[in-house]
Amino acid sequence: MSSEPLIFELSSPGRRAFDLPALDVPEATLPGALRRGRAPELPEVSQLDLVRHFTHLSQRNMGIDTNFYPLGSCTMKYNPKVNEDVAALPGFANLHPYQSGDTVQGALEVMFELERWLAEISGMDAISLQPTAGSQGELTALFVCRAYHEKKGRRPRKVLVPDSSHGTNPASAALCGYEVETVKSDDKGHVDLEDLKARLSPDVACLMMTNPNTVGVFEKDVRAIAAMLHAVDAQLYYDGANLNAICGLARPGDMGCDMMHFNLHKTFSTPHGGGGPGAGPIGVKEHLRPFLPVPRVEKDASGYHLKEEGFPESIGRVRCFYGNFGLLLRGLVYMRALGGDGLPEVARGAVLNANYLLALLKDRFEAPYGDRCMHEFVLSASRQKRENGVSALDFAKRLLDFGYHAPTVYFPLIVPEALMVEPTETESKETLDAFAEVLRGIAREAVETPELLRQAPVNTVVGRLDEGKAARQPNLRWTPCPPPPA
Amino acid sequence: MPHPYLPLTDHDRAAMLKAIGEPAVDSLFDSIPPDLRLGRPLALPGHLSEMELAREFGRMAGANRPVSSLESYLGAGAYEHYAPSVVRHVLGRSEFYTSYTPYQPELTQGMLQAIWEYQSMVCLLTGMDVSNASLYEGGHALAESCLMACAATGRKKVVLAEGLHPEYRQVVKTYAGPQGIQVVEVPQAASGAADLKALEAHLDQDCAALAFMNPNFFGCLESGADLAGLAHSKGALLVACVEPVSLGLLAPPGDFGADIACGEGQPLGIPLSFGGPWVGFIACRQALVRRMPGRIAGITDDNRGQRAFVLTLQTREQHIRREKATSNICTNQTLLALAATVTLSALGPVGLQEVATQCLSKAHYLAGLVSRVPGVELPHAAPFFCEFTLRLPVESAGVCRAMRGQGILAGVELSRFDKARPRDLLVCATETKTRAQLDRYAEVLARAIKEAA
Ligand SMILES: Cc1ncc(COP(=O)(O)O)c(C=O)c1O
Repeated sequence: MSSEPLIFELSSPGRRAFDLPALDVPEATLPGALRRGRAPELPEVSQLDLVRHFTHLSQRNMGIDTNFYPLGSCTMKYNPKVNEDVAALPGFANLHPYQSGDTVQGALEVMFELERWLAEISGMDAISLQPTAGSQGELTALFVCRAYHEKKGRRPRKVLVPDSSHGTNPASAALCGYEVETVKSDDKGHVDLEDLKARLSPDVACLMMTNPNTVGVFEKDVRAIAAMLHAVDAQLYYDGANLNAICGLARPGDMGCDMMHFNLHKTFSTPHGGGGPGAGPIGVKEHLRPFLPVPRVEKDASGYHLKEEGFPESIGRVRCFYGNFGLLLRGLVYMRALGGDGLPEVARGAVLNANYLLALLKDRFEAPYGDRCMHEFVLSASRQKRENGVSALDFAKRLLDFGYHAPTVYFPLIVPEALMVEPTETESKETLDAFAEVLRGIAREAVETPELLRQAPVNTVVGRLDEGKAARQPNLRWTPCPPPPA
Repeated sequence: MPHPYLPLTDHDRAAMLKAIGEPAVDSLFDSIPPDLRLGRPLALPGHLSEMELAREFGRMAGANRPVSSLESYLGAGAYEHYAPSVVRHVLGRSEFYTSYTPYQPELTQGMLQAIWEYQSMVCLLTGMDVSNASLYEGGHALAESCLMACAATGRKKVVLAEGLHPEYRQVVKTYAGPQGIQVVEVPQAASGAADLKALEAHLDQDCAALAFMNPNFFGCLESGADLAGLAHSKGALLVACVEPVSLGLLAPPGDFGADIACGEGQPLGIPLSFGGPWVGFIACRQALVRRMPGRIAGITDDNRGQRAFVLTLQTREQHIRREKATSNICTNQTLLALAATVTLSALGPVGLQEVATQCLSKAHYLAGLVSRVPGVELPHAAPFFCEFTLRLPVESAGVCRAMRGQGILAGVELSRFDKARPRDLLVCATETKTRAQLDRYAEVLARAIKEAA
C-alpha cells in the first residue's frame, strides 16, 4: 500500500465536504478587535476525498477486529458490537449533562447499576465513576488517601511502588505531591517482604500494588502486606489493570485492599479507540467513602439523583460532569452480557489461554517466573540477545511481518528483554496455536538467520523507523506556506 | 457455558490442560490462597442474550429524554452541534476503534497520521506552535495547563478569572492542592467580562499563570490582548481556555500572546453523551514543548526512505520517566481527537466560519427577541458569541419546568452553580436552531413568565 498523503496535501481551495442550510436570521457581526484576522488554513476537500483519506488511514491501522493483539497488560479482548449499538442510541448519545434529573432517569440508572456491579465484583464498599482512565483513577484514589490522612492530622510523605509497577503508579504519586520509593521484587516476582518491611514507617501513605502483578504472578501475601501497611496506618492501593485474571473468583476488597481502580477498557471490553477513550472508576472501603469525588449518584423512592451537596470531606472533582458516560454504559452492557455466572468464566478462560500459550513457548524462551502464570506471562529474549544478537524489539518487529500485533516489550522493567504476552479469553485455541507456531518459527530464525529479525518488519507499510530523528528534529505539525504578499 | 464471547469448548479445554499438565482449569488458580477466594457465586443477575440486552438497555434509553427529542438551549460547556455524517462513519472503522495506543508504529501508521493531522489542526485553530495528541477533557486540559505553567516558571500560584466554568475551576483546585499550588479566583466585572483591575491586584511575582475562558462561562467575550499584557507584566504565563467553533471567527490565542491554549473539543462533532467521552486539547509555544503532558506524534523516516509517523519526545512520559514525568496520563482520548479531525476536515475554513457565524447570528437573534419580553433583562453588557445570560423577573426553576412541558429545555439555571442567581438562565443557540424555533422560544418564555408571575 503506497503512502497516504496528508489531508493538507489533498486540499484545493474552493472544495468542501459539508454544507449548511442558508442562514435564516439576520447575520450578526463581532466587534473588529475580537475578530480573527485570517481563517485557519484547514484542508478544503470534497466529501469523497475525505472519506477515502480516512478509510485509507484506517487500512493502515490494526485493531482487534483484524488481528490477534497479545499486548500484555492491555487486555485486548474482543469489543462486542452490541456495546457500540447501545451507546449510539439517541436516548444515551444525545443527553446533555445539565438536563434536569427527570429527563435522565435511564442514564442515572445505568450509573447506579454499574456502581452496584463494580462493588460486588471488587468487594469494595463505594464506587466513583468519575475518573476518565486508569491513571486518573490512581490519582483520584491518591487524592482520597491524602484527604484521609489529613483528616487525621497526618501528612505522610511517601508512596511505595514495586519495581515491577506500571509507570503511571509513580507518576500519579508524584502528581499527588508524594515522594516515590521503590520496593524490590523477589526472585519469584513477588513484592519482597523484607524490603517492604524495611521501608515501612508512619511516613508511608500508601503502597500501590497490582495483583496479579505485572509479571503475571499472584501476590499471595497480599493480606499480610495489607496488615503490615495498616499497622502504620498506610493504605493499600490495588491497580485493577489485571482484574481480568480474577474477576468473579477473588476480590481486592477481601484481600485487605483499601482502594483501587478498574480499567473498563481492559477488563470490561470497552474499545481502546487507538489510545482512548477509557474509563477508570475507583472503588474504596467504607472509611474512605466520605472523600470520594462529587457528584454522587443516589436512589430513593422518587428515583435516581445526582447529589453534589452534603459531602463536606469530598476531594471535589477530577473532571467535569460525571465521567466517560459512553464507556461506563458499554462496560455495563458487557457485564450484563456475561452476568454473574459468566464473569468467572472470563477469568478462567483468560488464565487457561495464557498458561496454554506459555506451555507452547516456554522451551524457546527464558520464562523467568516459571511455567505457570495468571492471565499473562513475561518471557525474556535475553538468551537470544546474548547468543544471537537479537533483542525483544527484533522479535516484536518480526511478529508484525506475520500479521500479529507484538506483545508488550521492555515492560516490566525488572525483566531484561521482556516480552509480555496476554492472549485474553476471547481468542480461540486455533489462534493461539497459530501464533505459537509463528513465534517458535521466529525463535528458530533468531538462531539460523538472525538478520531476518534485525531487518524486520518487511511486510508492513513502513519499515523500522528512525525514532531518534523524530525526537532530535521534532516535526509535530503541518505548517502552511506563508500567504502571498498583498 | 457456551457464550458468544468465549470460544473455548470442553474439547479445547481438555487438550489445553493436557498440554499444560494440569488436571483442571481451577488448579491453575492454586497460587491464590484459599482464604482469598470468593468461594461463592457473584450476587449478580445471570448473563443476558443479545436480544435481552437490546431490550433492557432500550428500556433505559427510553427512560431518558434526549436533546434530539426536544428543543434544547442548554450550553454551559456542552454544545449541541450538527455532526457531519462522515464523522460517525469514520469513527465506526474498527481498525481505528479496536486498536491500542500506537506502540508499534509500523502497524498503526493510520492512527499516528490522524493524530499528527489533529495536532496540526489544533495549532492552526489556536495559532499556537505545538499540540499534543489529546487530554481527557476540557477541565483536565485546564488543570494540566496550570501545572505546566507552574513547572515552567518555578512558581506556585495560579490566578483564575471566574469567567472560567465553575467545574473547570474545581478540577484545577483538586489537581493543584496536593502540590501546594495556591489557586486564586477573581470575580468578573459587572459587564460579565474579566475584571482587569481586580486581576491586576492579585497578580504578583509568585504567579505562574493567569487563566481565563473565552467565550467565558456566562457567554461573554474577553479581551485576550489585555489579559496577556497583564500576565506578562508580572512574568506569568497566559493560559487561554477557548471554545473551538468560536475560533472560526474569534482571534486565536496565538495572536493575542497566549502561552498555552487549551479547551474542550466536544463541539467538533462529538456527541453530548451525558458529558463524555469528549476530548481535551492543549497547545503551547515552541519553548514549552518539553513540558507538555501526554502523547505527541511526530514525523520521521523509515529504513526504506519513506515518510513515517511515530510517538515522540517520550522522555516526558510516565512509561520512561516514571515519577519525573510531566504528567501521569497514559490512555487519552484519541478516538475523539479523530472525530474532531474529521469534523474540521469536513468543515474546512469556510464551513467553520459559516457554523460560527450561524451560531453568533442565531444567538443574537434570540437575544433580541427575549430582551423584548416584559421583565426580562440581559444583565451583561459585554459582547457574546452563541450563549448569553438572561435575568428573568421570576425564579428560573418554574419557568424552565413550564417550558420543558412544551418540549423546550430553556437553558442552564445559574442557581445550580450560585444560589445568589435564582433568576438567571444561561441560554445557548447554535446552528441547529431554526428561526421558527427561536420565535417559538420567545413566545413560550413570555407565556411561562406571565403564568409564573
Ligand atoms: C498495570 C497498569 N496500570 C495502570 C495503567 C494505566 O491505565 P490507563 O492507560 O487507563 O491510564 C495501565 C495501562 O496501560 C497498566 O497496564
